[in-house]
Amino acid sequence: MSLAARHVEANGLPTVIIGSARDVVEHCGVPRFVFTDFPLGNPCGPPYRRDIQRTVVAMALDLLSSASAPRTTIAAPFVWEDPDWRGRYGRVDPAKREELLEIGRRRRMSRAANRPRSTANES
Amino acid sequence: MRNILAIWQRRRPPEVEATAAGGLASVMAGQPVPYMERTRLYYRALGYESDYVWATFADVPFARLQKPLAEAKIALLTTASPPDRSNVDSDRVRHVWSGLVADPPERPFTDNVAWDKESTHTRDRGSYLPIEVATELAGEGVFAGLAAHFHGIPTEYSQRKTLEVDAPQVLSRLRDDGADAAILCPL
Repeated sequence: MSLAARHVEANGLPTVIIGSARDVVEHCGVPRFVFTDFPLGNPCGPPYRRDIQRTVVAMALDLLSSASAPRTTIAAPFVWEDPDWRGRYGRVDPAKREELLEIGRRRRMSRAANRPRSTANES
Repeated sequence: MRNILAIWQRRRPPEVEATAAGGLASVMAGQPVPYMERTRLYYRALGYESDYVWATFADVPFARLQKPLAEAKIALLTTASPPDRSNVDSDRVRHVWSGLVADPPERPFTDNVAWDKESTHTRDRGSYLPIEVATELAGEGVFAGLAAHFHGIPTEYSQRKTLEVDAPQVLSRLRDDGADAAILCPL
């Protein structure tokens, strides 16, 4: 999505990303970014919390007109209710080493079988 | 299901930061999750021999809004797929897709992108494709209105496909709709 933002922006349309993977977005480099410190999946706010979602979108709209330079990041003023969420995504449990290797082996087989034909040499 | 809707806290006021690259190797409360590091370690544990190389650029484009925000038509973008996954062709290639803001699918397909399936869920479309709250804000005059279509862009391993195929397609669709700017909401 960061690459798309850069392309659209380079062609004259301002963009703003609302997202939760701060390191990935800022590593790429984008014009405007509203960082929401939530688990991946709900960049605009927790499910059914229209009040938070509204504030986040309002911040993005404001940033579209107020940013004066690229790489401008605003952090939304909310924290996720469950304090333990940070450790879950993509964690590696050493006790499950063999299980993870097997998951990887199956995934590679599945990917090879389902790889898009036109891009088969790219991944 | 974990109750994620209970108590919320206000944190410090929003701050504008001119940021440098941000990867932080910490899971301490208040520190952004280091997704790049986490992903490298996870895929190594799965037996992959090469680390993914994330795109990075020294230069970042910047375009100013050409009219007051109150007069601007804004488009929404998502990384979700249509519910029937009809953006996948017979060669299994995923394409940019679009939907009507006036009649969006209730549950776009999200299982094929990476998100924290242990900590949350995507049953509320507004949590990643905020049509309703954006429409409210437009109705209050904050901006002129949403473009007629929202657009879905595939999350691809191949950066070349995103740069050469999908991003130009998105730009073309934004122009067709007369959008003045875009809000992109990757899951």
